Amino acid sequence: MDSNAPEGTDKRGIPGGWLFLGGMLLLYLVVYALSPQYALGAFAHFLEMTQDILPILLFVFLLLWAFDLVSGIQERLGQLSGEGSGLKGWLLAIGGGILSHGPVYPWYSLLQHLQARGTRPALIAAFLYARSIKLPWLPLMAHYFGLGYMLLLTLWIAVLSIPHGWLVERLTSQKSRPESGCRQFCVAWPRPPSTDRRQRQRQQQGHGHEPR
Amino acid sequence: MRSFLRLLPVLAGVLLLAGLLVDLIPQLIHMGVLGHGRITDMLGADLIGSLATGQPVVSYLLAGELRKSGVDLYSVSAFIVAWVTVGVITLPVEGAALGWRFALWRNLVAFLFAMLIAWLTVTTLGWL
Repeated sequence: MDSNAPEGTDKRGIPGGWLFLGGMLLLYLVVYALSPQYALGAFAHFLEMTQDILPILLFVFLLLWAFDLVSGIQERLGQLSGEGSGLKGWLLAIGGGILSHGPVYPWYSLLQHLQARGTRPALIAAFLYARSIKLPWLPLMAHYFGLGYMLLLTLWIAVLSIPHGWLVERLTSQKSRPESGCRQFCVAWPRPPSTDRRQRQRQQQGHGHEPR
Repeated sequence: MRSFLRLLPVLAGVLLLAGLLVDLIPQLIHMGVLGHGRITDMLGADLIGSLATGQPVVSYLLAGELRKSGVDLYSVSAFIVAWVTVGVITLPVEGAALGWRFALWRNLVAFLFAMLIAWLTVTTLGWL
């Protein structure tokens, strides 16, 4: 099974998302039985957080709706952040991450759309990393820890979002390697000759997988 | 659109889980998880920051408390960075949307980078 396949794509049975939600509700019942006060407090936190993310969730929903209406926008964004996007793609990802607002949850849906249209995993990871720079909160961080500290921390996060994205892409793009028992960790070792006939033909044609 | 709607139950579940864990984080700090040497403290702070969720301002408040109780700036920085870059609680949503392989590696790399950024920030701050 491809571990990259989004959950819930299986049409049989109850989708995983609903099972997860059911499990959480069950957990709340157990916690309520043990400590009603803690469970009620946790539920109050849940309501507070839900209220917090609703506007941005609505915004992303409208954005996706608009994308669906105007055909070609998603493809264009996918091209801008695809394999050959280069520096422009990195700047788009980091700038977008810094400027993106609100909780992360609603953004996953948008990123999922872009991922399906060819956006590099490195740029998605860089976007998510750069999102940790919260512009509205920076003055408060400077107040607590000093201006120099705030500037340096912000700068290092922005700069390291590039190697972070690059590394995540390298680590996640091993799925096309053949079965060898060390698919994820034996990155530097040369690949043994393939026993699969079709793969051998591909290697002879010059399309074989080179060690990354 | 359909993928957006499919994410909603996972999102609701994760928010319920986050609600349960919000009050546990300050308790973990006060239980004496920190205060055992720089590297161990950085790892501990990184781990707590990874488990935590909520507005970054909460991490500043807690980080301020950590500083007052004698935890060094390396650990405090790892805590602040992990709070905003690693999402153990958001993992189910991230995995459902972007694939589990991507979500797990991204969070693992972010976990290690939190300590790297903490070290770089405090070291370069010392040069100024």
